[in-house]
Amino acid sequence: MNVEESTRAPKRPTWFFILWAVFSLFLLAGIVYLAWSLLNPYSFHGVVMQSPQKARDFTLTGHNGQPVSLKDYSGKIILIYFGYTTCPDVCPTTLADLHTARESLGQLGDQVQVFMVTVDPERDTQAVLADYMSHFDSSFIGLTGSPEQIAEVATYYGIYYERAEGNSTLGYLMDHTATVMAIDQDGYLRLVFPFGTAAQDIADDLNYLLER
Amino acid sequence: MSTLRSRTLIAFLLLATIVLTSCQQASGSKISASDAWGRSSPMMAQTGAMYVVIENQGNESDRLIGAASDAAKTVEVHESYMEGDMMKMRPVEGGLEIPAGGTVELKPGGYHIMLIDLVSPLEVGTKIKVTLKFEKAGDVPLEVEIREQ
Ligand SMILES: [Cu+2]
Repeated sequence: MNVEESTRAPKRPTWFFILWAVFSLFLLAGIVYLAWSLLNPYSFHGVVMQSPQKARDFTLTGHNGQPVSLKDYSGKIILIYFGYTTCPDVCPTTLADLHTARESLGQLGDQVQVFMVTVDPERDTQAVLADYMSHFDSSFIGLTGSPEQIAEVATYYGIYYERAEGNSTLGYLMDHTATVMAIDQDGYLRLVFPFGTAAQDIADDLNYLLER
Repeated sequence: MSTLRSRTLIAFLLLATIVLTSCQQASGSKISASDAWGRSSPMMAQTGAMYVVIENQGNESDRLIGAASDAAKTVEVHESYMEGDMMKMRPVEGGLEIPAGGTVELKPGGYHIMLIDLVSPLEVGTKIKVTLKFEKAGDVPLEVEIREQ
C-alpha cells in the first residue's frame, strides 16, 4: 500500500505539472498581451492632435467648379494638403504618397478623401488643378477660391504660405507649410503628417482610424 | 659622362613628375552620375523634376553650375528645404558643391534638377536627355528614365 502510493504519486504530479505549465503559459501570454495592448495602444506615425477639435467647415470651389464643403464628406477620413501645381518636387511627392497610401488600404481606401487647396490661385486655374489632381488619383479633389477665402481656410488650419519673388525663370515661388492634416469620420482633426512621412505609415494610421 | 647621364635622367624624371602631377591636378575632379530618374508630369504641367546621384572620385571639389535638356526650355538646379514650418524651394546660388571624394544625392524634398517650360509632358517609361554642367568636369550627359515616383 505504501509502495503503491509512492509509485503512483510521482506520476500524477508530472502530468499535472506539464498541463499546469502549458495552461499557465497560455494564461500568462494572454495577460501579457492584454496588458501590453492596454498600456501601449496603437502608436500613430503622424503627430497626434491633443484634445482633438472639430475641424471647422468651409466651402471652396472644387476643380470641376462644384462647391465643396467638409460636411459633404462626413463619415469619411479627409486629408487636407495645401500646395501649388508649379511645385514639381514636394507637392508631387506628397500627392503620390497619399495615392500609394490610399491604394494600399484596398477597399477601405474609398473611405479616404484627399483635398489639395491651392495656395497659388492665380496660376492654378480649375483646369490646371483638375489635370494635376487626376494625374495622381482620380478621386483627389483640388480646391480653389478667392485669395481671401483661401487665406481664411489656411488660417483655420494653421497653414502659412507666402509668395517669394525668387530669381527662378519660373517667376514667383510659393513657400508653404507642407503638412497633411487628417480629419476623422466624426469630423475631428486628429493627425498631422509632416512632409516625408512614408506612404505605408500614413496607410497604417488611416487603417487604424477606419477600423476602430 | 655617367654622372651627366644620370643627372639628365633625374632632371627628366623630375620634369615628367611635375608635368604628370599638374595634369592630374587639372583633371582633379572626376564626376560620375548614377540612378538618374525624372518624375512623370501632369498633362498641363509647366514644370518637372529629375534626380540623380553625383559622385566625385577626384581629389578636387567641383560644382554643378547648371544643366540643359531637350525636354525643357530652361533647366535649373534647385533645393527644397524646411525653414521653420515652411517648405521652400529656391534655385541653388553659385552652384551645388560636389566635394572631392564625396557623393551628393539629389532626391525628392531636397536638391533637384528643375525642368521649366516642358516641351511635352514627361511620360512614364520614356527617356529624356539632360546634360549636367560642372565647373571643372564640364558637360556630363545623362539619359533620364521617367518614372511615376
Ligand atoms: Cu524646384
